[in-house]
Amino acid sequence: MADTKPLLPEASDSDSYSETASPVNRLKPIKVYFAIFFGLLAAGLFAALLIGNYGSGSSRLRGNQNGSLASSASQKPKHQPLRTVSRGPAQGVSEKTSGIWANVPGDNLPKPWNSTMLIWQRTAFHFQPEKNWMNDPNGPLFYNEWYHFFYQYNPIGAVWGNIVWGHSVSKDLINWFHLPLAMVADQWYDKDGVWTGSATILPDGKIVMLYTGSTTEAVQVQNLAYPANLSDPLLVKWIKYEGNPVLVPPPGIYKKDFRDPTTAWLTSEGKWRITIGSKINKTGISLVYDTKDFIHYEMLPGVLHSVPGTGMWECVDFFPVSVTGEKGLDTSVNGPEVKHVVKASLDDDRHDYYAIGAYHEINGSWIPDEPEMDLGIGIRYDYGTFYASKTFYDQNKNRRILWGWIGETDSEAVDMEKGWASVQSMPRTILFDNRTDTNLLQWPVEETDGLRSNSTEFNKVSVEAGSVVHLDVGPASQLDIVAEFELDEEALNKANEVHVPFSCKTSGGAAERGALGPFGLLVLAAERLGEQTPAYFYIAKGSDGKLNTFICNDLTRSSKAPDVDKQIFGNYVPVLEGEKLSLRILVDHSIIESFAQGGRTVITSRVYPTEAIYGAAKVFLFNNATDTNITASLKIWQMNSASIRPYRIDDDNKNSSAPSSRFILWPINYIASCLTFLFFISRIRI
Amino acid sequence: MKSLMIIFVFLMFLPVNAFRPTLLLGNLNLIERTCRQTPLYDLCIWSLKSSPDSRDANVKKLAQIMVDSLKTRATETLDLIDELLQDGLALDPAMQKALTSCAERYNVIIKGDVPEINEAFKTGNYKFAEKGANDAAVEANSCEIEFPAKSPLTDMNKVVHDVSVVAASIVKIIPTKFSIM
Repeated sequence: MADTKPLLPEASDSDSYSETASPVNRLKPIKVYFAIFFGLLAAGLFAALLIGNYGSGSSRLRGNQNGSLASSASQKPKHQPLRTVSRGPAQGVSEKTSGIWANVPGDNLPKPWNSTMLIWQRTAFHFQPEKNWMNDPNGPLFYNEWYHFFYQYNPIGAVWGNIVWGHSVSKDLINWFHLPLAMVADQWYDKDGVWTGSATILPDGKIVMLYTGSTTEAVQVQNLAYPANLSDPLLVKWIKYEGNPVLVPPPGIYKKDFRDPTTAWLTSEGKWRITIGSKINKTGISLVYDTKDFIHYEMLPGVLHSVPGTGMWECVDFFPVSVTGEKGLDTSVNGPEVKHVVKASLDDDRHDYYAIGAYHEINGSWIPDEPEMDLGIGIRYDYGTFYASKTFYDQNKNRRILWGWIGETDSEAVDMEKGWASVQSMPRTILFDNRTDTNLLQWPVEETDGLRSNSTEFNKVSVEAGSVVHLDVGPASQLDIVAEFELDEEALNKANEVHVPFSCKTSGGAAERGALGPFGLLVLAAERLGEQTPAYFYIAKGSDGKLNTFICNDLTRSSKAPDVDKQIFGNYVPVLEGEKLSLRILVDHSIIESFAQGGRTVITSRVYPTEAIYGAAKVFLFNNATDTNITASLKIWQMNSASIRPYRIDDDNKNSSAPSSRFILWPINYIASCLTFLFFISRIRI
Repeated sequence: MKSLMIIFVFLMFLPVNAFRPTLLLGNLNLIERTCRQTPLYDLCIWSLKSSPDSRDANVKKLAQIMVDSLKTRATETLDLIDELLQDGLALDPAMQKALTSCAERYNVIIKGDVPEINEAFKTGNYKFAEKGANDAAVEANSCEIEFPAKSPLTDMNKVVHDVSVVAASIVKIIPTKFSIM
């Protein structure tokens, strides 16, 4: 519109337009509003373009911020003098009455739980359903770009019972979406329990699930199930084969000793082979079956393996590992550079044992490399709270991944009050340790590192004998700690022999001073150490008479609550010539996972502090040895929380729309808003 | 001769079973052997013998008897707690708090632990039976130490605790075949 009275001052614009401009007057505010609206819309879309348009998982964005917010490279740690230095058993002083771990009068009062403490216990990045009871991992698999995880679940309460199959999916093994229950107890053959099973992915892309059902007569049988629709990437619906059960207890096997079928592997005859744990009297065994169609089976005359005195073998697992130790192998792989691992969960002592050995396909048998390291007497996956574990081959990244059930070690009353019980371990990669040749190495999957945010580094901190050093890292309930320790050379060389072979379990814990230990970290520790959970090394004489290294978790002072488990867990860890002592600890509220020497020995503990929670939880270095200083170098990251929640309808759009379409939509919206904004701005006369 | 005949006839009519100790004490031997593997022999013997069902029971049934006894004792204790709580006004706050906490613990024993144990028995997954029984002992103990001063439930808590401990240890020795132990 032309300016009809250009010489008039601006202030009287409204007057000058009074006649011809009254319609314009009325329109102007509208134009202003439109301009503001489209301006804001354009700004919003611009912001959304920047932030949201880079793929699905937000964890990817949080990813590579390692060390960017690190405080100065070697931060001076705060040294805290001990209140009293324990003189130790060497001087005849009982650890129970002296030293920094002496009981302060009044500390023995039982602490009733309150909701603040219970809410804190829930983990931030470990897999768990929203509520109720969970136990064994079931049928893990990777298929069509999704990791699937199933689990034993009680939909009704926070104790074991009414067991069905829960189901969750993830793109990255860290962030999970909960889906509807995969299988419930709706058939006579699994009415009393839809129990543990495993998945096999066939070469043609079909998925076969074999699982144990407890029938209405409480007989344990094996059943076949498969996805209703393989083109559903989430595999929500499952169908049970109408001819179930496909296997019943064979003659000579008791009807309640026949459960947990494994993933199948191919034989050279092109048949599929599975193994199922059982027992005869007190000898644990694993039965072997061949099948072509997963419906008809022939039982092999022998067993895969047996070990007298070990009792029932639950959740048997059988898989190959590469002796070069570089990547995981599909379950069917065999060959000269391959060893086979057999694992069993021993019902009698509630621990998971594995052994490495040779598989003989001809008769479906397996022999351990070291008979004295056989199942039940040799190595455990985890020396803490860890059971019913199961591996699967992740063909997405060529790794073998281990899941383990981590139960609660508090009272069931508290479980029922907090409304949930049990978590899963962080998924761990499994590799053969070709340096020791005796161990498997377990390590949290690399996607765990994507949860790391700001870190703090401590370089060569010297911790004198009998001292504690506070590590100021900020909040200490969600941490990833990577630490290395060195001892004094002379102290190692002149160490006196201790007469009794050391064992974490029967020791006095972190309070029992030795020449060369204990030393390590105190996590979930209160400022005055009234509650603390030591994760530490102890170098002492082992049962073979030589100086050995042990890794322990001491829960005796982990909580002032009287109704939680307070054992000392741990075991020997092989340390080779020239290796520094290394320890990685994941702290995630009420669960701690400790990995020593790159995962040769692992301890998972459940911890339930009443004081050392939220801002009051701290981390300390400690050295309670008498004869050596230690030098520690650490990097400690804050860990973000994972997104573990029910799947929602709008997740469909986020996950299924191709990235390219999003790349087109947003810019178009943005450009349109900008143009409209500019249009209206240009039309406003000021 | 006649007296001999009388004695002979007399002997014939004696109940022969009286002289067959193995039959009479048949199951008592199993009870004894089972209880010897528990940490509280006397309580175990007493609880099992006083139940008529123990006569022909196998180890699994003995465990069930202990668990039933646990449920009975826990229910009695909960009833007592409720009674004490109804004295509301006469109670000091600490006592009230402790009793309320105990009521919750005992609720868990009756509604959580015992059903868990029974389902475990039914399906043969005995480790969950042991877990439930052990937990009942923890709950009873936790109730007892709630009281800052004198506990009105000491005797009953001890009974429930001890019965749970015995039940857990019997569960541990259940053979899974129905054979004589």
